[in-house]
Amino acid sequence: MDMPAPDQGVIARKSRIVARLRALMPADAVIDAAEELRVYECDALTAYRCPPLAAVLPRTTGEVSAVLRICWEEGVPVVPRGSGTSLAGGAMPTADSVILGVARMNAVIETDYDNRFIRVQSGRTNLSVSAAVEAEGFFYAPDPSSQLACAIAGNIAMNSGGAHCLKYGVTTNNLLGVTLVKMDGTVVTLGGPWGEPSGLDLLGVVCGSEGQLGVVTEAWLRILPKPEGARPVLVGFNSNEVAGACVADIIRAGILPVAIEFMDRPCIRATEAFAKAGYPDCEALLIIEVEGSEAEISEQLARIRQIALARDPVEFREAADEDQAKRIWLGRKSAFGAMGQINDYMCLDGTIPVSSLAHVLKRIGEMSREFGLDVGNVFHAGDGNMHPLILFDANKPGDLEKCEAFGAEILKLCVEVGGCLTGEHGVGIEKRDLMAVQFAPEDMEAQMRVKDVFDPRWLLNPAKVFPLGLSAERRAG
Amino acid sequence: MRPVTEAELAEAVAGASGPLLVRGGGTRTLGHAVGEVLETGGLSGVELYEPGALTLVVRAGTPVAEVDAVLAGERQRLAFEVPDLRGLLGREGVSTIGGVLAANASGPRRVQVGAARDAALGVRFVDGSGAIVKNGGRVMKNVTGYDLVKLLAGSLGTLGVLSEVSFKVQALPEAEATLVVEGLDDAAGLATLRKALGSPFDVSGAARHSGRSLIRIEGMAGSVGYRVRALTTQIGGEVSVVEGEPSAALWRQVRDVAPFHGRPGDVWRIATLPTAAAEIAARLKGEAVWDWGGGLIWLLVDPGRGANVAAVVAGRGHATLVRGHGGPVFPAEAPEVAALVAGIKAKFDPRGILNAGMMG
Repeated sequence: MDMPAPDQGVIARKSRIVARLRALMPADAVIDAAEELRVYECDALTAYRCPPLAAVLPRTTGEVSAVLRICWEEGVPVVPRGSGTSLAGGAMPTADSVILGVARMNAVIETDYDNRFIRVQSGRTNLSVSAAVEAEGFFYAPDPSSQLACAIAGNIAMNSGGAHCLKYGVTTNNLLGVTLVKMDGTVVTLGGPWGEPSGLDLLGVVCGSEGQLGVVTEAWLRILPKPEGARPVLVGFNSNEVAGACVADIIRAGILPVAIEFMDRPCIRATEAFAKAGYPDCEALLIIEVEGSEAEISEQLARIRQIALARDPVEFREAADEDQAKRIWLGRKSAFGAMGQINDYMCLDGTIPVSSLAHVLKRIGEMSREFGLDVGNVFHAGDGNMHPLILFDANKPGDLEKCEAFGAEILKLCVEVGGCLTGEHGVGIEKRDLMAVQFAPEDMEAQMRVKDVFDPRWLLNPAKVFPLGLSAERRAG
Repeated sequence: MRPVTEAELAEAVAGASGPLLVRGGGTRTLGHAVGEVLETGGLSGVELYEPGALTLVVRAGTPVAEVDAVLAGERQRLAFEVPDLRGLLGREGVSTIGGVLAANASGPRRVQVGAARDAALGVRFVDGSGAIVKNGGRVMKNVTGYDLVKLLAGSLGTLGVLSEVSFKVQALPEAEATLVVEGLDDAAGLATLRKALGSPFDVSGAARHSGRSLIRIEGMAGSVGYRVRALTTQIGGEVSVVEGEPSAALWRQVRDVAPFHGRPGDVWRIATLPTAAAEIAARLKGEAVWDWGGGLIWLLVDPGRGANVAAVVAGRGHATLVRGHGGPVFPAEAPEVAALVAGIKAKFDPRGILNAGMMG
C-alpha cells in the first residue's frame, strides 16, 4: 500500500503552522509532541501507521472553521477523525497532515420527540445517541458493531450500516441534515430536521464521502420509537446453498426480519471454541431476529419456522426467554474476537447479490486452499454484505501481503457476481487501488468532480478513495 | 429526440447544439426549462428482477405501470408509493420510472420506508458532455465511492439523463388497515398523527384532509389486527377502521392529492416540521392535504395568493409551487449552498444544456 510522499515544504513549516493554530485555539486543543501524536498514527486498520504533523481537537463549529481556514491558507492536508475506528484506513494520516478530531464535540443540541429527531455534535458516539433518547422509548437505528466507540461523524463519512439495517436502512436513510465545514472554512447547512431535500440532494452525496468533501460538525438524525420486543431464532443447515435458499424464501414470503446473520463452518467452530454458545456443528448457521409485540413475534416466528423446516435444517432453535436469546447472539457477537484468538485477521466487507451466496462461498473456500490461509465467513445475509475474516500471522514475513492478495481476489469476485467492494466499511486506503475493478475511469471522474467543487485544492483527506494515479494531478493542485 | 439505446442517448446529448428539455413522460415536470425535447421513453424494459433478493434493475424510460405490473406478478411493489400527479397537474402521458427517481417522487409510505432516493440502489446516466456514468449497483449495501445515486435522485434531469435505475423493492403485505379519526380540529387531528408515528406500532401512513385523520398499518394479518386495536385504544375518540381495498383507495387519494383535482387555484408543496403543519396552513389561509404526519403539506390557495408562502415557511422547511403562475417555482437556497449547486451543475453539465433553468 503506497501513500504519496509528504510535502516537505509543509513539514518544514511545522512550527509556524502549529503556532498559528495555537493562537486561535485553547492550549489543550493543539497537539504536536511526538509521543502524544502516536495515538493518531492509525485507526482500526492497524497494519499501516504514520504520525501526523499535528492534531487539533476543537469544541465548536466555529473552531473547526478557524482550523480549516488556517490549514487551507497554509496548504496543509487535513484528515478528519471521529473515534478512529475505521477498518479501511479512512482516518489514517500522512506526515504532512493535520488530524482534525471531533471527539470533544459530543453534546446533544436538541431532542424533539414530537418531530422525531435529535440534533447532536458529530463527535458523539453512536450508542450514546440512542442512550440519549432511550428513556422516552426511542432509538437511533444504524448500529455498526463498533457502536460503543464509533462517532456519528465517522458514521456519516462512511455511511455506516449494522446488523439491523435490513429493516431500518443505513446512515444515509436516517440522516436528516448536517452542519458541514468546507476546507476553506465556509460553514454550510445541508438538509434539516424536516428531512425532505430542497434542490440537489447534497446531503446524500456528503454521506459516505469519507471526509473528503467537508467536516461534519453537527447532524440532525431520525429517531424511531423502540419496538415492543425482539427475539432471535437459530437455524443450522448442512449446506451453504440451502441456507442461502432459506434466506431467499423468507424474504420472498414477505417477512422482514430486522436481521438475518450468517456464519459458515470455520466461523462456527472458532466461536464455539471461544465463546461456547452451544451452536450446532454444521456448515451454515442463520440467526434471524424479528420484532414486535409477543403475539406479533410469535406470528412471524411461526411462519419462519414453517419455511425453514421445509428446507430440512439440522437444527431450529427458538429463544424461549431473554437468556436463550442472548446465547443465540453470543456466538455471533464473539465471532471477530474468536477469530482473533486464533491469529491476526483481516476483515473484508464486499457485498454480493444474495442469489450468488453459495457460489461465492464455494469459491472463497477454493481460494483459501490456493493461498494457504484459513478464512471464516460471518455476514449480514439479508442484504448480501459479507465479512470474510482471513487469518494470517503478522509476524511471519510475507503473510500480510499474501492475505491482502487473497482479500483482493475475494473482492474482485464480489464485483464479478454483481456486487461491490465495500458494503459498510468504506474504501479508505484499503480498497482505494481496487476501485478500478468496479468503476470505469469516467465513473470515478464523475465522483472526483464532486470533490473538485467542495475542495478544489484536494486538501481534505486526499490520497484516499480514488486510485493514487487517477487523483495525482488533482492532488498536486 | 427519442433514443432507444443508451449509446444513442449519449450521442444525442453529446451532439446537441442547444438546450435540451429532458423528459420521461412529462407527467410531473415542474419549472420553466425550454429546449429541444429529449424523451427517455424509448429506453424501456426490465433488465433484471430477483424477487428473492428484492432487487429490480430497469431501463429509465419504462412506464411506472409496467414496473408495478411486473412486481405485482411476484407479490411485490415499490415501497415508496409513487404519486400519480396527472390529476393534480392536469397532465396526460405515461409516467416513467426514471422520471420518478429524477423527481424523487415519494408517497405516504415515506414516513416508514423513506423516499425514492432511499430505495434507489444504482443508476446509469449520461452527463451533460455525453459521457456514460454508472454509480451504485444492484446490492442493498454499497458504500464504494461517492453516492451519486442520491445526487441524481431529485436532480430533475439537470445533472444527467438517467438511462437505467435499480431499486430495492418490497413484498406486498398480507393485510392493511386504516384508522379514520373524525371530530377533531386540524391542530388536534395532526397531533394524533404525531402520536401514532411516535408509537411502536410501525405506522406506514399518517395523513389528514377533509376533516379526517388517517393512520395506516400494514403487515401480517394478526399483527395488523393487534396494532389497530392498540392504536385505537391509545388515540381514543371517534375512530373507525377501514380494511383492504377501501383502505388502499384512501391512500391513493392522499398520494395523488385527489381532493384538489379539478379545482381552481395554485398548489404549493411544503416540506416542514410536523409540529408546524397546522399553523402554516392556517396562516396561509389555504386548504390543506397533510401527509407524512404533517411533514408534507399540499396547500391549495387562490390564484396568485402565495406571495408570502416562502416567508411563512422560512426556517422550518421549504415550499415549491407545483401548480400556478407567478414567482419562482423552487425555493431559494442559502448563498453558500447555491454556490455548491452551481459548481456541481457546471461540472456535470459544462455547457448548461440539460433542463437549463429548471431548478432556478
